[in-house]
Amino acid sequence: MSGAFSIIQNFLSGLGRAQFFLLQVLGSIPALLLRPRLIVQQLYYVGQLSMVIIVLAGSFVGMVLALQGYRTLIRFGAEESLGVFVALVIVRELGPVVTALLFAGRAGSALAAELGLMRATDQLSAMEMMAVDPIRRVVAPRFVAGVIAMPLLASVFAVMAIGIAGGHAIGVELLGVDAGSYWSQIRGSVGIDDITDGLVKATVFGVAITWIAVYQGFNAEPTSEGVSRATTSTVVISSLSILALDFVLTAFMFK
Amino acid sequence: MNANDAVLVRARGVHFAHGTRVIYDGVDIDIARGKVVAIMGPSGTGKTTLLRLIGGQWRPKAGTVEFDGVDVHQLGRGPLYELRRRMGMLFQNGALLTDLTVFENVAFPMREQTKLPESMIRDLVLMKLQAVGLRGARDMYPQQLSGGMSRRVALARAIALDPDLVMYDEPFAGQDPISMGVLMRLIRTLNDALGLTSIVVSHDLQEVLSIADYGYLIADGKVQAQGTADVIRESQHPWVQQFLRGLPDGPVAFHYKAPDFASELLGSNRKAGAP
Repeated sequence: MSGAFSIIQNFLSGLGRAQFFLLQVLGSIPALLLRPRLIVQQLYYVGQLSMVIIVLAGSFVGMVLALQGYRTLIRFGAEESLGVFVALVIVRELGPVVTALLFAGRAGSALAAELGLMRATDQLSAMEMMAVDPIRRVVAPRFVAGVIAMPLLASVFAVMAIGIAGGHAIGVELLGVDAGSYWSQIRGSVGIDDITDGLVKATVFGVAITWIAVYQGFNAEPTSEGVSRATTSTVVISSLSILALDFVLTAFMFK
Repeated sequence: MNANDAVLVRARGVHFAHGTRVIYDGVDIDIARGKVVAIMGPSGTGKTTLLRLIGGQWRPKAGTVEFDGVDVHQLGRGPLYELRRRMGMLFQNGALLTDLTVFENVAFPMREQTKLPESMIRDLVLMKLQAVGLRGARDMYPQQLSGGMSRRVALARAIALDPDLVMYDEPFAGQDPISMGVLMRLIRTLNDALGLTSIVVSHDLQEVLSIADYGYLIADGKVQAQGTADVIRESQHPWVQQFLRGLPDGPVAFHYKAPDFASELLGSNRKAGAP
């Protein structure tokens, strides 16, 4: 009983510390906006360097969806609706969720490891002693960049999955679905609400992943084991949070 | 603040503990202006802790630490950061920012804390690097430097804003004799040439005493000995003797606290397979 109580207590106090940390990060954003170069630099690291895996993953997911969708739809003679099927699944669900899971694995783990190593090698302490707030100088640019990068990456994922190398390549080029039907049905069925919902999800996931990553890294034990634990925790907690948040957001967006 | 006060840093009745482990149990230390002061002691006695207390990174359980007459731990975040601009610290491993070059590392505090034009920052950085003999290494990254070079770059960074106080955390640890000699000379020369006050934390007793004006030997939570280099060298205090002569046993026991050896081997508590 006391063990369960202690686990709950630890969880709640950890959550409280993480929220306080987030408030500190958010509080330093106005000052950061005066130095956009710091954000742009981090956008390159967390966004641009994640691009390759997002492009590849988007293409493969789109191709698989097109194959599976075609197999089912053709039984009802509705293969012309393949575009709608692929587009709605990608825009509403798989785009933000798969991008977020990949982002957590690629950029989230890198952020946690980088900050953890900075802690372990006294770089953060050195900044404090130079009267430079590490939350403002190091954490906030990474947080903002992560939040900006996620919806952009999810958009790239969607474009790859629905068009270029994904659904279009398989459905239209390989399986022979009429290109006009493929795109016109997408235009007719995918509304601005669907796109907005997808972007909202991606942004919320971006906040969650970068918050978890910078918190875990910044507060990592200054040992190799501590850095390893922070990196693992980031990926595990982020992944579960993405799936849980996806359910909550979908429930709210469900019409 | 009292600029005429001969003491720049004054610690009084400082108590500090990590969990249940007491590090300081009522420590009084004065760091005189313009001097090089050595803080010595065995590993784990809290020498680095003292630097973090002076810098306001850690807070004592009791007692006060004053810098230039100001109680460091009574300050809010803004004034504390203002105060830290008057301090430079050289961490044991250098703590250079690994994604920046040597030049950018030294320029970092200038760019963050001042609005100096880039041309002036360039000149100042080159002057600081020239002072530590590494102007030629300005385009290298920290991972390309040797341990001694890293510390010299960190020293250039620590003096970037012309602080009043520079704190050195184990600057000689793991250094070859040449690097050690270079660092010793730099600490003394920079202190005198720039009118600094220096605190050098070290367990390399002979080396640090050769450049220090005054020294404190801290062990077992207290100041065990203090004085000029000669006074400490001639002290008959058992801590000093063990430390100076590198004796394996003494106040710092060879054996870590453990139950009686005979009873552990032969006693009734002995269990098969127990560690």
